[in-house]
Amino acid sequence: MKLVDYFRVPGISSRSFKVWQRNKDVFMKDIKLNFLPPFLEPILYLIALGFGLGKFVESIDGIPYARFIAPALIAVSVMYASFFECSYSSYVRMYYQKTFDAIIATPLTIEDVIAGELLWGATRSVINATVMIPVIALFGLIDMKYSLLIILFALLGGLLFAAIGMCFTALTPNIMSLNYPVLLFITPMFLFSGTFFPLSALPLPIQYFAIAFLPLTHIVNVIRSLSFGILEFSLLFDIAWVLFVSVILLILSINLMKKKLIV
Amino acid sequence: MAKDLQKSFKDLTAVNSINFSIDEGEMFGFLGPNGAGKTTIMRMIQCVSPVTAGKLEVMGMDVNTQQREIKSFMGVVPQENNLDGDFTVYENLLVYSRYFDIPREEAEKRIEELLDFVHLQEKRDVMTESLSGGMKRRLVLARALINRPRLLILDEPTVGLDPQARHLIWEKLRGLKKQGVTIVLTSHYLDEVEKLCDRLVVMDYGRILVEGSPAGVIEEFIGSDIVEAENNPKLLECLEKKEASYEVIGDIVHIYADNARELSEYLLMECSLSKISARPATLEDVFLKLTGRRLRE
Repeated sequence: MKLVDYFRVPGISSRSFKVWQRNKDVFMKDIKLNFLPPFLEPILYLIALGFGLGKFVESIDGIPYARFIAPALIAVSVMYASFFECSYSSYVRMYYQKTFDAIIATPLTIEDVIAGELLWGATRSVINATVMIPVIALFGLIDMKYSLLIILFALLGGLLFAAIGMCFTALTPNIMSLNYPVLLFITPMFLFSGTFFPLSALPLPIQYFAIAFLPLTHIVNVIRSLSFGILEFSLLFDIAWVLFVSVILLILSINLMKKKLIV
Repeated sequence: MAKDLQKSFKDLTAVNSINFSIDEGEMFGFLGPNGAGKTTIMRMIQCVSPVTAGKLEVMGMDVNTQQREIKSFMGVVPQENNLDGDFTVYENLLVYSRYFDIPREEAEKRIEELLDFVHLQEKRDVMTESLSGGMKRRLVLARALINRPRLLILDEPTVGLDPQARHLIWEKLRGLKKQGVTIVLTSHYLDEVEKLCDRLVVMDYGRILVEGSPAGVIEEFIGSDIVEAENNPKLLECLEKKEASYEVIGDIVHIYADNARELSEYLLMECSLSKISARPATLEDVFLKLTGRRLRE
């Protein structure tokens, strides 16, 4: 496969939706358990960091600490939901459960299967954001004015991290090796993307690095602004960045998976 | 229908320019030792493994360009069970029916029929992981039939099953054949192929060695019977004199015969043998004669 082939737009049919539906059905079987993390996690974080640690933190640009980190919690959850769905979970379905093999014996192609997986990963992000917004609102830490926009943006952010997860699924030699991207990429992003302190606290080169290469930076930026009830022009830069990188990585991830599975 | 079909991996030619043609409504077997290329052919017919060279048509459609159409008319029982472990027996069939765009109502009707067909009604709400090996295999067969296929591909359908389960599967396959379904199977159980298949090919190293009906192939390569006798130099001398066709396998000599009775009498009389036994020749004898007795892999 030549390099240019990895970026060729794959043929996807509406049958991808069947794969999405399959994953949704499995999700619904354990719906109570699946809804618990996005419900409980923001409460725990807000109590521990927002109100506990927050007592010792000066307000950031005039914003109380709990209010500063609340939107970041949504952004982190958007990242985790789709990344883990399309890395570990997809890997298990692909390698251990042979689910993909069973599906491609039907009129679905491998492109359809991967597209369905990516779409489902992004759906998990949307679900998490949707559950978290009202929970955070209970603490009075979010302006609900643009909450629908946050949910819409969670879909885009979800697609981005789904694609990132799927690329690693395609490249990893075994499931254990998926720990590397988590440790070297996802965890640093969790900490250094303007999540728990403003990006401006970091040295300038690192700030530039974060803006250029850490996708979560842009997700945090947009969700934070929207949750403060601010819709500014500068958000278009973040959205454009996310959109551009998403499209590239979605295409790449499908082609990488095709190369891995079709021999 | 395949013409000069070829499949190469990085450093291996798994299928080397082979030709075969399977008629509609027949049961066709692919035999061969491990690594002969059987599964690779199955995967190419299923349109999940691209053809390296040559032409492969399934139901008159090209596997390179009409994958979706071919797959919608085909049922597959893969070598390895790949039931969906996240679902029950019933849900497995229902979720699978959606991949074929079968409307819900129609799917529910078919699932009831199929659960009866493979005797899994009582297990309908059980998660697949708690099924026995035979039940899993039957469920995979039922799943392969959900789209009422015209062509059924079975890659070692009865591997690891007890005799009861094997006979049940055979019975079901014969029933499907009667309904006009074309069936293509691979198997290591040669009695299975001998009993079920109308025609077969024996493959090794990516090539077809023989093609024909089970009886025809046995007749051609072995004769109708085999006489087994204990190996001793005197016997071999005696056989040489009669110009008989035979093979020495350790302590035992296999003598190929068209008339076992005549040969046995000759051996008892002329070669002063005391212990011999005669039996009809089987496909297994042909298989071992053609592909050798050396272990593979």
